Amino acid sequence: MKNIYLQLFTTFMKIGAFTFGGGWAMIPLIEREVVDKHKWISREDFIDELAVAQSLPGILAVNMSVLVGNKLRGLKGSLAAAIGTILPSFVIILLIAIFFVRIYDNPTVASIFKGIRPAVVALIVAPVLSTAKSAKLNRLTFAIPIVVALAIWMCGVSPVWCIIAGGLGGYIHYIVNRYSTMCSKKGGKE
Amino acid sequence: MMTYLSLFLTYLKIGLFGFGGGYAMLSLIQHETVEVVQWGATAPWLTQSEFTDIVAISQMTPGPIGINSATYIGYTVTGSVWGSVVATIAVCLPSFLLVLLVSRFILRNKENPIIKSIFKGLRPVVVGLIASAALLLMNRENFSDNTFSIAIAIVSFILVYFAKLHPIWVIAIAGVAGYIIY
Repeated sequence: MKNIYLQLFTTFMKIGAFTFGGGWAMIPLIEREVVDKHKWISREDFIDELAVAQSLPGILAVNMSVLVGNKLRGLKGSLAAAIGTILPSFVIILLIAIFFVRIYDNPTVASIFKGIRPAVVALIVAPVLSTAKSAKLNRLTFAIPIVVALAIWMCGVSPVWCIIAGGLGGYIHYIVNRYSTMCSKKGGKE
Repeated sequence: MMTYLSLFLTYLKIGLFGFGGGYAMLSLIQHETVEVVQWGATAPWLTQSEFTDIVAISQMTPGPIGINSATYIGYTVTGSVWGSVVATIAVCLPSFLLVLLVSRFILRNKENPIIKSIFKGLRPVVVGLIASAALLLMNRENFSDNTFSIAIAIVSFILVYFAKLHPIWVIAIAGVAGYIIY
């Protein structure tokens, strides 16, 4: 029988090496390898783990590999899986970082990147619209992303504060809601 | 040494508050590396155009953008492989701690209304985070000349949003356009 740690490592390394775009692009591949091919976990468990990986902060692909590795073999398993996920991009980016600096001032490279930069902006505008759609903003919550974006863009507010405020705001909204329904129930009785 | 420590703490923060996926994490990375002057540095680690180039590179290479930026910035800031190692470990560390400590708790309390309400509050914030990253990138450095830069941005947007073309191809096309135009 093959070593499970080695299997975890190579499986996640394959996933890390062949998915462009990270995160969501990796999920179907992880599912195929972990559920269908190796049968390490059931599909129901996979969906549960995905929900957890999504709700925790951090890199989705790393969260997912830590969860799967941990489920199979605890901490050692999660290390094997996560290092597998990270290693390909780490090595590739390191090589680029070392060599790219040397060709950065080359006029051909400079003109290529001059063309690429506005495209990168467009690549980030697109998910603004798609996440706005899936967040199901209503008339009240519509203002939140606008305030957040302006606060970070114009006032240099740290995104960390916006995240804390968002979580806190959701909690306060829940408390207020519960309090007001409690009051209206009481009022109804009296 | 100071630089390594601030690399570690900065990427730990990015890993700990990186809710909502790669693009939302981008605004955190951008704030910490382009806007803020970190300890042990005299200027922000990156210029706006360097940051944009890293985003472009990480879209063209495999792997998550959080890892890519940590590895790249770790190297450029320290000039050493160890900088990459430190930043990459730091950005992944919260994932390990949280998965091992609280994943079971979250799984058990999936339907808990308080947890649900917190995530509900985060959802619109994530939209704002991505929007702020896009707004910060709309600057002189990235739009060096008005006509061609804006044309490239509009065509790229149509290709990725409406034609659902993969980002790699959009970047490749924009690169070829840049080579021809400039």
